[in-house]
Amino acid sequence: MSTNSTTNATHGEEHGHEHVHDLRDDYGSKLGMWLFLFTELILFGGLFLLYMAYRYQYFPEFQLSAKSLKIWMGGLNTIILLTSSLTMVLSIVALQRRKIKASIYWLITTIVFAFGFLVVKYFEWSDKFAHGIFPGGEELALKSQGEKVFYGLYFTMTGLHGLHVIIGMIILGFILVFIVKGKVSPDRFALIENGGLYWHLVDLIWIFLFPLFYLLH
Amino acid sequence: MSDSTVNTSGDYVNFYQYKGKHSGILGWLLSVDHKRIGLLYLGSMVLFFLVGMTLGFFMRLEMWNPGQDVMGPQTYNALFTLHGIIMIFLVIIPGIPAGFGNFFLPIQIGAEDVSFPRLNLFSWYLYTIGGLLAVASLFLSGGPIDTGWTFYAPYSLRTGTEVIMPLMAAFILGFSSILTGVNFVTTVHRLRAPGMTFFKMPLFIWSLYSTAWIQIIGTPIIGITILLVVVERMFGVGLFDPAMGGDPILFQHLFWIYSHPAVYIMILPAMGVVSEIIPTFARKTIFGYGAIAVSSIAIAFVGTLVWGHHMFTSGMSDESRWVYSFLTFIVALPSGVKIFNWVATMYKGSIKAETPFLYVMAFIFLFSIGGLTGLVLGSLATDVHLHDTYFVVAHFHYVMFGGTIFIFFAALHYWFPKMFGKMYNTKIANIALAIMVVGFNMLYFTFFILGYLGMPRRYYDYLPEFQGMHQFATVGSWVLIAGILLMFINLFLGLKNGKKSGNNPWGGMTLEWTVPSPPPLLNFKKIPTVKYGPYEYEHYDEVTKNVN
Ligand code: HEM
Ligand SMILES: [Cu+2]
Repeated sequence: MSTNSTTNATHGEEHGHEHVHDLRDDYGSKLGMWLFLFTELILFGGLFLLYMAYRYQYFPEFQLSAKSLKIWMGGLNTIILLTSSLTMVLSIVALQRRKIKASIYWLITTIVFAFGFLVVKYFEWSDKFAHGIFPGGEELALKSQGEKVFYGLYFTMTGLHGLHVIIGMIILGFILVFIVKGKVSPDRFALIENGGLYWHLVDLIWIFLFPLFYLLH
Repeated sequence: MSDSTVNTSGDYVNFYQYKGKHSGILGWLLSVDHKRIGLLYLGSMVLFFLVGMTLGFFMRLEMWNPGQDVMGPQTYNALFTLHGIIMIFLVIIPGIPAGFGNFFLPIQIGAEDVSFPRLNLFSWYLYTIGGLLAVASLFLSGGPIDTGWTFYAPYSLRTGTEVIMPLMAAFILGFSSILTGVNFVTTVHRLRAPGMTFFKMPLFIWSLYSTAWIQIIGTPIIGITILLVVVERMFGVGLFDPAMGGDPILFQHLFWIYSHPAVYIMILPAMGVVSEIIPTFARKTIFGYGAIAVSSIAIAFVGTLVWGHHMFTSGMSDESRWVYSFLTFIVALPSGVKIFNWVATMYKGSIKAETPFLYVMAFIFLFSIGGLTGLVLGSLATDVHLHDTYFVVAHFHYVMFGGTIFIFFAALHYWFPKMFGKMYNTKIANIALAIMVVGFNMLYFTFFILGYLGMPRRYYDYLPEFQGMHQFATVGSWVLIAGILLMFINLFLGLKNGKKSGNNPWGGMTLEWTVPSPPPLLNFKKIPTVKYGPYEYEHYDEVTKNVN
């Protein structure tokens, strides 16, 4: 009999895995997501520490280099990301209110915004590249040590953030598919909530990067 | 009864016999059962340990005579680097939490599994991929990495050997460690059985819980540090390279901000195991349960602040040097609390000196030597003399090997009957332990003297006057290795044809001893309701009566 109860408990799973306990724990999965986001924050925290130390060490060079970045491009991207956070929330709310179509549209909008962010980033970076300012570039090689460090941090931190945008797009893309297939639904929305949390984190980190690189002169 | 299940032991099917979607090897590689994943980890770690041990063996052979014996300097550099990487990143950091933690955490809190079973399997794959990448990097064009396991910049930026791949391996291993941490914290918060309040949790759980927090908080920092070295090598960014304005000391800070707390990731779970074994064999409630539980958290907290003691000689301000030195001494307090409580528990207990208990005794002896010499290194004046000598090598082997690995072995012997339902030959187990302790001290105590006399670490050559001691240490390594091999062979024989062990051979009181050996798939027939603390032996009969 105990075998039966065991097998019963194991067959609630559709994914072809051996067993996953039936208990659905949305609160638990959110808790796990928060913990994971916390580690992401600390990951960037290490970079912020470096930024702080080097800004202290190379104050004038940092001021000088920051002026060369185009505020309006960074600003545009800030607006894009903030808006995408909003559309993300709208998508979640729509799903919870059982408006599945609307939810899908808002989610697609979010992904499009994410893509827009990358496009702006692309133009921004290629502008710098065209001027020989990139790690190993001939123009950067002539600059002072402090400027090299500034651009090193700039490319590393915005690059890593860009990578997170791409990962975010992939995650949201999966969620989109799940909504269409009905695996994420008005009664089962923990996944989209967690995806939303991730997306807000990407947004949040940019909110820190923007002033550090573009505004602090 | 379901027809596909083999039923050999009465009225239940244990998790080995359980037939899921997949059978054979796939039944293991695709299993999301925390017990199977725990065993996967244990198996892979034992393999990696044996590889690491072999590397250590060859390093010691090279030290038989001054000058070149069996290998050149470059090979020696590669060996100590690999030895360090394997032992640290593949054996003792995942060690007890990923192996025994996975197996026993859910059972000890009365849960069916961890909160995220599939994530759990995924972490094991990350671990395996990380390990394989590390091994594969040896065969790439640049040749085996020679930076030491600390990857210090700027050398790691400039050496011609293959650095990127092992660093990516370490990054992936870190990711695996984070996911295990997230999983454990969530599990402890969400899946405790009814009645199991935080202060009724076994102390092993407390230690895993504190460890998981350090994994969550510390690991991302090493992750980003490693990533920066990779980025710097690949694109020439120049954040740590002084030639380009970067600062190698900042690398060291970032590295040790993780790697010092990592020593608590290594030792806290071991202390948790000790706190399980002692009450079981003294048949007494542990003395100062609350103090032990809270001291884990205290160690985790203060321990994150003391990284600077690795950099006393690297160029720091005098203020930071004494502050770090002071904080280092503070960490000794909660550790002392634990040792005191263990000893107080044994006092007037009716002690059964079985193998796991004897391991704990060896641990207390070796770990105390390691801890006290740690204070020598934590003091500014003496550290300047002893920095990067064999004294340091001796210290960390006493702590990590004599501490964590000995308790890893203790845990193997303690939980073996629960995991496999069989018993090993206890007499041979004790003899193996005795051989190991003798060899261990021959090897590493000699290192203390060598270091004190000025033998620098990581050198493949030495002055002729050290020869006698080096040869003595090398013989010690043979004795030690003989003991380890005997231990593993004995366990292996126990696995193959050991006698049936019964469900509670030691008379333990935590929940894993109330389920059959080996446990069934979802651990419990019915999720238990917990009434008493984990070591309240006055309720022994009531708690363990359900063992079937
Ligand atoms: C099994 C027998 C072992 C032997 C014979 C052995 C021997 C050695 C030797 C000869 C060195 C080189 C010392 C130097 O020149 O600096 C070394 C380094 C080291 N060992 Fe072991 N060891 C053993 C086990 C362990 C264990 C169990 C651990 C950790 C859990 C460990 C961790 C390390 C580390 C981290 C280093 C430093 C590597 C480096 O300098 O990059 N060893 N060991
Ligand atoms: Cu330390």
